[in-house]
Amino acid sequence: MSMTVLYDAPGPKTRRNSTIASVISAVAILAGLAWVFFTLAAPRVSANGAEQPGMFDESRLDILSDPEVWGAFGGGVVDTLRMAGAAAILAIVVGILFSFGRTAASKWIRVPTSILLELFRGMPLLLLILFVFLLFSTGSYWAGVLGLGIYNGAIIGEALRAGIVSLPKGQREGGLSVGLTSLQTRFLIEFPQAFRQMLPIILAQLVVLLKDTSLAYVVGYPELARTIKNLQNFYGSRYLFTLFAVGFVIYLVMNLTLSYIARYAAKRSGPKLGKITPEAPKIPGAEGTRAITMPRGGSQHGEAGNSHW
Amino acid sequence: MDVISNAIDALVDITPLYMEGFLLTLALLGISGLGAFVLGIVIATMRISPVPALRLFATIYTEILRNIPLLLVLFFCAYVLPILGVSSDFFLLAVLGLTLYTSPFVAEAVRSGFNGVPVGQAEAARSIGMGFTQTVGLIILPQAGRMVVPPLINVFIALTKNTSVAGIFFVNELFKATYAAARDNGDVVVLTLVYAVALYLAITVPLGLIAGAIEKKVMVLR
Repeated sequence: MSMTVLYDAPGPKTRRNSTIASVISAVAILAGLAWVFFTLAAPRVSANGAEQPGMFDESRLDILSDPEVWGAFGGGVVDTLRMAGAAAILAIVVGILFSFGRTAASKWIRVPTSILLELFRGMPLLLLILFVFLLFSTGSYWAGVLGLGIYNGAIIGEALRAGIVSLPKGQREGGLSVGLTSLQTRFLIEFPQAFRQMLPIILAQLVVLLKDTSLAYVVGYPELARTIKNLQNFYGSRYLFTLFAVGFVIYLVMNLTLSYIARYAAKRSGPKLGKITPEAPKIPGAEGTRAITMPRGGSQHGEAGNSHW
Repeated sequence: MDVISNAIDALVDITPLYMEGFLLTLALLGISGLGAFVLGIVIATMRISPVPALRLFATIYTEILRNIPLLLVLFFCAYVLPILGVSSDFFLLAVLGLTLYTSPFVAEAVRSGFNGVPVGQAEAARSIGMGFTQTVGLIILPQAGRMVVPPLINVFIALTKNTSVAGIFFVNELFKATYAAARDNGDVVVLTLVYAVALYLAITVPLGLIAGAIEKKVMVLR
């Protein structure tokens, strides 16, 4: 049963009402889903009077037994991952450069970096990919990699900068006082801590990056979304729904897996709040699990209270 | 001089197309932003509601929409919704798609704002005898409200950029206009692209500045 500070622990009557409400909403939701399912499954009459089979009709599903279709999907997944992998590496490198530029001592470096960063963060990724594609004639693969890398690099750079800024001043002073140069201090003392601190955000951004590879569609790179479109052109739009349903599931599996790995890695090697830095950066939602509003058991209660004070 | 006059000609030529696209982008942003705001609050309420079925539904809804590329969401809207009886006007379908896609992000921003209020505030309110309505209305909402605004503006900045994806689906917004202009003006491609970037920045940069200013103000207060 859910417990929150906001109201008293529910008594038997409230619990019963809650169960009734739960059953009613579950039935309503299921009824809605069933309606969607049966509307899609029903055959329908198109504008010119011809009857078309429903979305789950056998005539729309038979390509799923064709190994070539699965081969094409496999190729699409490989191409998507190839682009995402290269772009992720580039994004981290660009992010590191941006974070150093933004925290540089000289304003001749700091100001231009800030302007560049605002530019890349403010324009649509789709436009950036098209920009690279048309201007540098890189071919679709590199247009996607560069676009994704620079755009996400700008976002990761800001996260890293926030991490560096949030470190206690003593870290930098300590580094300088033992005789390290300014750059050495940044590389050896500050940056590793900032990176660890920001790892959850960086990993979450990489999930976004994987999702955004679908935008390379616009320059014709054969990633998953383009693969679906190509298959549809080849086999006919009769199979459109089936092909997209398969693509939907593949994207969901890929992204959920990566999200899960990201969450696991973040838990393993993420920031040890209160150990490395007394003052963790203020990221809205970072402390979200200890919610006022979140249902939670009594055991976490004390812990949640303590962490805020 | 020829190059410059060419460029000016091209600029004048594409301006009506760009303005039309810009207005459509603003319309997409405004309508789907409002829709996503309302839907997002509904989803956030469902996620914290005491009814388990609603909580489960909201969680699955959020997980699915956050892990599917916008391109696919828009496609499903363009293809599946007409079968379900929604009119097949592409602008309307794009608005619906953007609304659906953005709503979980709004819900997360709202939730994070609420969660950002220290739990001690609620405990203190409860311990001096305030009820649910009083605790939420007098103590938590006033604090959460201003903490929600900066992340919410960031969601709308992302939405601004995401409207460009609707250009792939026959909506003549700014990205579509840019694509056409870049194709037709092969000699001044840079100009057409920079022009579009400037128009997008004219939306996102002010929004970002507002978010930053509010954030700073909240930080001082806390």
